[in-house]
Amino acid sequence: MDITWLINGLYSIPILGLAFQLVGYLVAILPGNAATIMLQATPLALAAMTGVICERSGVVNIGIEGTMLASAFTAWVVGIAVNPLFGNPTGSDIFGITMPLLIALAAAVLVAVLISGVHAWMSISLRADQIISGTIINIAAAGVTGYLDQLISKSSPVGAGEFAAFQPPDALTQLPVVGWLIAMFLNQGPIAMSTVFLVIGLQIWLFRSRWGLRTRAVGEHPRAAETVGIDVIRLRYQNVMIAGVFAGLAGAFLSMEATNSFQIGMTIGRGFIALAAMIMGRWTPIGGFLSALLFAVFLEISQLIKIAPPSGDLGGVMTAVPAQLWDALPYILTIVVLAGVVGRSIPPAADGQPYEREAAT
Amino acid sequence: MSAGTPTAETRDRVSTAARLWSVVAVPLAVIVGSVVLGAAVILLSEPLIPGKAFDPWLWVTAYQAMIQGAIGTPHEWLAGDFHAIVGTMVNTAPLVFGGLAVGFGFKAGLFNIGVQGQFLLGALGAVTVGVWLAAAPAPVAIVCATLAGMALGAAWGFVPGFLKAFSGAHEVVSTIMMNYIAIQLLAALVSGPLKVPQSPQAITYDVGNAAWPIILPPNGHLGILLAVIAAIVVWWILFRTTWGFEVRATGANSDASRYAGMRPRLIIVATMTFSGMLAGLAGCCVLLGVTHSMTSSFGTTVGFDSIAVALLARSNPILIMPSALLFGAMRAGAGLMQIKAEIPAELVDVIQAMILFALVASPVIRRLLHADPRGERHTESAVASVGDSVP
Repeated sequence: MDITWLINGLYSIPILGLAFQLVGYLVAILPGNAATIMLQATPLALAAMTGVICERSGVVNIGIEGTMLASAFTAWVVGIAVNPLFGNPTGSDIFGITMPLLIALAAAVLVAVLISGVHAWMSISLRADQIISGTIINIAAAGVTGYLDQLISKSSPVGAGEFAAFQPPDALTQLPVVGWLIAMFLNQGPIAMSTVFLVIGLQIWLFRSRWGLRTRAVGEHPRAAETVGIDVIRLRYQNVMIAGVFAGLAGAFLSMEATNSFQIGMTIGRGFIALAAMIMGRWTPIGGFLSALLFAVFLEISQLIKIAPPSGDLGGVMTAVPAQLWDALPYILTIVVLAGVVGRSIPPAADGQPYEREAAT
Repeated sequence: MSAGTPTAETRDRVSTAARLWSVVAVPLAVIVGSVVLGAAVILLSEPLIPGKAFDPWLWVTAYQAMIQGAIGTPHEWLAGDFHAIVGTMVNTAPLVFGGLAVGFGFKAGLFNIGVQGQFLLGALGAVTVGVWLAAAPAPVAIVCATLAGMALGAAWGFVPGFLKAFSGAHEVVSTIMMNYIAIQLLAALVSGPLKVPQSPQAITYDVGNAAWPIILPPNGHLGILLAVIAAIVVWWILFRTTWGFEVRATGANSDASRYAGMRPRLIIVATMTFSGMLAGLAGCCVLLGVTHSMTSSFGTTVGFDSIAVALLARSNPILIMPSALLFGAMRAGAGLMQIKAEIPAELVDVIQAMILFALVASPVIRRLLHADPRGERHTESAVASVGDSVP
């Protein structure tokens, strides 16, 4: 049956026509860019995991952005420093892994854990305002990396390069219907590829393990948790620092997998967008991951519209909007999500509240 | 545990000197400590400077250059040349506005990290109207351009305030998002409708008659005076008006203020709007006072600096002036430091970060300095709490 007349008819209704064209454009263009979307989603998803672990145990971490930035910088700098020691090795067949890259990754994660430790100390032990503590981490990370970058970049150093993406056989990625999904998850470097497993593991860990149960208890009602013998302070410290591992991976991803060097302020708000993804995902790892994917789609669309705008009326409307405003799209979406347009979600009850032990009597 | 509220009796018992010490000790220790640590950072980063022999006194050279850049030299003063001091004041003025914006928010328990975005919108409003009225009589042009900047800054603060009050979107994340949107909006307008058509780069026309007049030669503009007036006005609003009382009451305890018949939601919206307006003034200050036109990369460090200014001054409008002066002087001197000692001007960011860390750790420092007399619990207010912390 020929339904061209129907489609043409629908297209002729102004707003509805645009909406149909938009759907058609997205269906046509997104699967081909699925791997890039996953690339955009990875740092968001990993950072959202940091948020989930922290807030589930009752600590708000708004310093994810700065932690990521510091890790991205550390990965790059350690790569520069270590690479010559190993005689500037060329990448191996598996993900282009070299010893310097692994050391750089470890250093990035270590720095993130240390910074998280500082946040834990300020917000759990000093009981300082957690928002201010996180903001200071953001400001400090931007300042210190900016300063050191100015110093180091003068000699235009060469880093350790980047992790290579795995190339799945064409036979798989060219499969009808599911080919793009295979490309999305397999045509990736090691960090992006492991993100899915980390998310699933975290989901199980948080909702099926003893540690997860305790973590959630501490985030909901620390007093009650303490009465059954859980060390609230200690558990919070541990969780905030474990969460740092994910922020470290997210940062390392930016300077070791998505690109091969560090740029000042390269996180461009991803740490905050990740917080919105976490909220939208109702503080669950899988929810956070799916929300991160949605944000990634918007990030990708805002780029695609500039490179390959759709034809027809929709293209006319879209190209009339200045390119810079498309860049603002993910940020606008974040505000919309925060404003609860996608439905209210309820944070853990003790989220952001410092815990003070009751004095022994 | 708690020291209780200060009564007249306890106040009298604590000597004036001890009370003064309790106020000044922590900021002073923090600043001195950060400067010393800054010297350590310079020493440690020296090996990174390519092609330069290690100089153990580089930090002296660097700080000397910074001080000289900030206040000049006696030699210059005798010759009647005060350009360095005036330059510091020009750098300080927007920080006063920005610090007041952040500090006013803190008083209501709101953390306005969006000063950067409101600052940009303020400048955008000022340049748009300023260019439009560039040939109009100066008083008209100045007033209209300034009001436009204030209005746009206020609008950019209103949005997160409204969202916070009526949908619970945490102001910290939403104001940061507004910052990024502001950057893109500015880039779009400056390379689009506001661009000088023949120009190869994205730059707007000059604001002409809308520029703020110079009151202190060579480049000390009206903003310096306005900043002092703004600090006094904000102090007066906070401590002498009903609205200011309501703002402080909401910040201290939002529930209690509601039971007392105040409307915290309206106060949140009004506070964020007013805070945005002050940040917008900071934008006017830089645009109408210094640059007079806008490029697509327009932007300064005012946004982050303002947070440090407000925290160091514990949100007190009067103390914000010396606090802003400190950062203004560092920013003004950083350029000369970079030239003379080859230390990047970003060292100021590092020192600023250390000051902020030390302020959060101030309970620890306070204990070390024995600066905790009875009845002075208010001193920790700025860092203690900013409303409910769930973003």
